[in-house]
Amino acid sequence: MNAIEIRQLTKRYGDTVAVDGLCLSVKRGEIFSLLGVNGAGKTTTIKMLTGLTAPTAGDALLLGKSICEEPAAARSLIAVSPQETAVAPGLSVRENLALICGVHGLRGEEKNARLRALTARLGLDGVLDRRAGRLSGGWQRRLSIAMALISDPQILFLDEPTLGLDVLARSELWDLIRALRGEVTVILTTHYMEEAEALSDRIAILRDGRLLCCDSAENIKKTAGTDRFEEAFVRIVKGVVQ
Amino acid sequence: MKMLAFANRNTKEILRDPLNLFFGLGFPLVLLLLLSAIQANIPVALFEIQHLVPGIAVFGLSFMTLFSATLIAKDRGSSLLQRLYTTPLTPLDFILGYTLPLLPLSLLQSTVCYLVALLLGLDLTPNILLAILFILPVSLLFVALGLLFGSVLRDKQVGGVCGALLTNLSAWLSGIWFDLELVGGAFQKIAYALPFVHAVELERAALSGELAALWPHLWWVLGYGVTAFIAAVLLFLAQMKRQ
Repeated sequence: MNAIEIRQLTKRYGDTVAVDGLCLSVKRGEIFSLLGVNGAGKTTTIKMLTGLTAPTAGDALLLGKSICEEPAAARSLIAVSPQETAVAPGLSVRENLALICGVHGLRGEEKNARLRALTARLGLDGVLDRRAGRLSGGWQRRLSIAMALISDPQILFLDEPTLGLDVLARSELWDLIRALRGEVTVILTTHYMEEAEALSDRIAILRDGRLLCCDSAENIKKTAGTDRFEEAFVRIVKGVVQ
Repeated sequence: MKMLAFANRNTKEILRDPLNLFFGLGFPLVLLLLLSAIQANIPVALFEIQHLVPGIAVFGLSFMTLFSATLIAKDRGSSLLQRLYTTPLTPLDFILGYTLPLLPLSLLQSTVCYLVALLLGLDLTPNILLAILFILPVSLLFVALGLLFGSVLRDKQVGGVCGALLTNLSAWLSGIWFDLELVGGAFQKIAYALPFVHAVELERAALSGELAALWPHLWWVLGYGVTAFIAAVLLFLAQMKRQ
């Protein structure tokens, strides 16, 4: 079974079609990127898959659970790390993690074990008692991803995870995301071409709510007749290559 | 419970802001001390503690509206709520999580006001407990207003509407500082059509042990409180759906 099966997913806002009959499948354990210029439909697609907005038409199955028919079951399989840093600024790192444990109903030893494991995995030990609002951007993103992983999700949505980070912080987060390969299905949206190329098993390129292509970075470059991924992206989005 | 984890977070966010502590607790006490000092130096009974402290206790609650609205508006402006909307928290969990922490804080604020008033000469009677008890329906009104404003305003707008407009309305149209009959006319009619003066008179009746005088004011406060709460819930759910 695929992690995600998107079937003719459509979202209209009045006369504007944000996502137009999107069909895609994402394999389990894959790191899958959604690429596109502004207004391509990436964020709307993510919002529909995560239950934040209802599709106008079509459906998507998350590990077999329909986002339209079984939204609660589908939602229980996922976690989201939104574009902006979604942490409680007045709470310490430990309290932020405990908050997410609490809203997922984790208590006692299960909660403590989960906190210990995630803290170690994401290298948060040294900042556990610091207020989240006083951490650097890189550490806040790291915490944000840790909060997303608390519920042990099968599918993790990362919306622009490295936006605004310096080179070092970005490189560290890339290592973190790579380490999730095979364990969690990661859906990544990004504006950074090199990020999509470096991290993704496959990449879907969208324009005007429609899927233009979906393949590995290597195959996309071959199709576009260039060895630079950014150039391949531009050619595909401009319609130079079909 | 999942809701309690969220409510606990909201309590911490409110209490850890030093400005909240100053305005929530310090400012009403400063007013109480200042006006009591004035009273001690003037020959007329203008700010007698028995009359003043119920008004200050109610006025202090307008800051609960500010805290609650600011927290909700800030959360709406950040991605934290978006993250939480994808968790098993239900709409009811969000509403209770934002509402419940403010009720004990309101009780605490009023209790501190009455304790300080005791030091300033307020008679120690069981009616103080009654007055603290009747702060609950009043705090429901102010907390509901916080949920309502936080659901529709941005955090910078909250400062203007709750921090300036509401605190002024609850200060001038409540009869805390002067008898509304002295102004009379449309001002008095408008004041009595709003809940603030009824909240103050409810507290004054409770503190003086005049049980029969409680009820008309209680109905006004509850009527506004329940209406504001229903409106707040509907507006919160509407913004939740939009997000």
